[in-house]
Amino acid sequence: MKALITVKEIAEVAGDFKISNNAIAPTYLDYDLNEWDNYAVEEAIQAKENGLINEVVTVTIGPKRAEETIRMALAKGADRAIRIWDDTLDEANLLSVDTKTTILSAVIEDEDPNLILSGVQSGDEANGATGVALAKKAGFEWAAVVNKLDLDVNEGVAHVHRELEGGVEEVTDVEMPAVLTIQTGINEPRYASLLGIRQAQQKPLNVQTLDDLSIDETALDFPLARTAMYEPATEAEATIWEGDAEETAGKLANFLREKGVVEA
Amino acid sequence: MSDVLAIAEHRDGTLRDVSCEIITAGRELIAETGGDLHLAVISGDIDSFARDLDRESVDVIHTVAYGKEFNHDVYTQAVGQLAADLEPQVLLLPNTVNGLDYAPAVATVLDIPIITDAVDLSYDGNLTVTREEYGGKVETMIDVEAGAAAITVRPTEWPQAAGTGDADIRTFEPDIDESTIKSTVTKFEEVAGGEVDISEADFLISIGRGIEEEENIPLIEELVDVTGATLSSSRPIVDNGWLPKNRQVGQSGKVVTPEVYIAIGISGAVQHVAGMKGSETIIAINNDPNAPIFDIADYGIVGDLFEVIPELLEEFGGG
Repeated sequence: MKALITVKEIAEVAGDFKISNNAIAPTYLDYDLNEWDNYAVEEAIQAKENGLINEVVTVTIGPKRAEETIRMALAKGADRAIRIWDDTLDEANLLSVDTKTTILSAVIEDEDPNLILSGVQSGDEANGATGVALAKKAGFEWAAVVNKLDLDVNEGVAHVHRELEGGVEEVTDVEMPAVLTIQTGINEPRYASLLGIRQAQQKPLNVQTLDDLSIDETALDFPLARTAMYEPATEAEATIWEGDAEETAGKLANFLREKGVVEA
Repeated sequence: MSDVLAIAEHRDGTLRDVSCEIITAGRELIAETGGDLHLAVISGDIDSFARDLDRESVDVIHTVAYGKEFNHDVYTQAVGQLAADLEPQVLLLPNTVNGLDYAPAVATVLDIPIITDAVDLSYDGNLTVTREEYGGKVETMIDVEAGAAAITVRPTEWPQAAGTGDADIRTFEPDIDESTIKSTVTKFEEVAGGEVDISEADFLISIGRGIEEEENIPLIEELVDVTGATLSSSRPIVDNGWLPKNRQVGQSGKVVTPEVYIAIGISGAVQHVAGMKGSETIIAINNDPNAPIFDIADYGIVGDLFEVIPELLEEFGGG
C-alpha cells in the first residue's frame, strides 16, 4: 500500500498587515505546514509504523520556499516528497481548486497510490474542496472530514468516522482507492526528532514542472479571478476596557457583579 | 441560462436550517439574474420536505426518492444529472460537512468551477462571490468570468426564507449507477455526551489556543470555581485532549446561548463563532487586537491573559 499525502505550505498573518494587488504583502506573512495536513501526515506515518502502508509520499504545489515545510514532513517520517511549481503558477492571481486538482491528478497517475490523505482545508484559503474534487477527478472514492481512521488493507476498505456538526459522527465504510480529508484532533502529531531532521536532508525531494507532468498551460485556464481583497468592516463595536492588567480585570469584575452573574 | 438551482440538506428526518437560508440566497440571486429558482431535495421523506421548502419565490422543487439519509455517491449523481438537465447559471449548495462531501465532486462532474464558503453573492452579468481568507482577517471577491459555477453557501449568513410559496413540485428520477456507490454509512454516534451540558449554562468561561499549555488550565479552573461559571473551550483544546468533547463550543461541538460568555485566548474562527454568537453578552480577552473575536464581542480586553486572569482571581478572592 502506498499513501500519497497532499501537503500545503500556508501563509499566516501576524499582527498588522497591508494589502496590495489583491494580496497580503509577503513581509507580513509567516509560512508554516498547514495544520490539517500535519494531522494527515501523522496519520499516514502511524499507518506505516503499524505495517498497513509501505510508503508515504508527500506532494506539494508550491515554490522553492515550501521546501522547508516539506522537509519537516520528511523529518517526521514521510519517505519522499514531490514538489510541483512553474512560472505559470507563480504569475497566477488565484490557484483555484480546479488548478490544484488538475495538477494533483497528474501526480496520482504517475504514483498510483492506494490511499490519499489531505487536510480538510487549508488555514489560509480555506477552500475545503480540493480533496473531494481530486477524488472525483481521479476516479477514487472519498470521505470528507474524517476524525477516525481504521484501515482494513485485506478488504481494501477504510473504516472512518466523519465529524458532522453538533457532536454527531457518521460511521462509514469507504472502498479504496480513496481520498480521505483529515480533520484536526484525529491523532497527536509528533515533533520531528533531531535524527529525523538530519535524515530528512537525505530523502528524495523531486521537483517537477507542468511540462514534466505533461500538463498543458491552457488546461489551467479557469474562469476565476480574485478581484478584491480588503479587511472586513467590523459588524459590532466592542467596548475595549483600557488600562493595565489590574485595571482591566477590575472593570471586568465590576461588570460581572453588576450583571449579577458573580456574587463574590 | 440564468436559473439558480439550490440543494436542500436534511439529517435524521429533519431539514437543516441551511436549507431555508440557501433559498434566501437563491432568491436574492434570481432578482438579479432574472431566472427561476429551482430547489432539489434528495432522499428521506421528500414529500414532507418539499411542502416545508415551498417558500416564497421558489419556482420549482425537484424531489429525488432514494434511500433515507445522505450518501455522497447518490447526491453527486442526482445533482449532477439534474444540473446537466437544467443548466443553471449558479448551483448553490450548503457549506456544511455533508455539502463539502459532494459539492466538489458535482462541480468536477459538471466541469464547472467551485467556490466555497460564500458569505455574499452579487450578479451583474457575471457572478461575484465574497468569501473570507486567513481565518477571517480578510475578505476577498472572486469573479466567475464565464459560464456556470458551483457555490457553497456559509450557514447562518442569510436569513431563513419565510412565507408560503406556490412551487411546482416535480419528481426527478436520476439514473443512479449503484455499482459506483462505494461508501456505506453504517451508523451515527453521539460523541459530546456526558454529565456537563454547557448549552444549559448561564455563564461560560471559555478557553482557546491562547492558553498555550495544558499546565495553564488549572488557572482557569480556579477562576471558574470562584465565579461559579462553567468551563468550555474552542476546538484546539479538545483536539489536544485537554478537555473532553462535551466542553467544545462551535460548529462541531455545542451551540451555546449564555447570559455571559467570556472568550479567553480564543481568536474567533468562524466555526467557533457559529456556536456562541447567540450569547447575550460576549467578552473577549486576547492579546491580538485584530483577532476576529473582537468583531462580535460586546466588551474586550486587549492584553496578556496570563496577566489579566491572576488579577481577576484576586478580585474574586482567589489566587
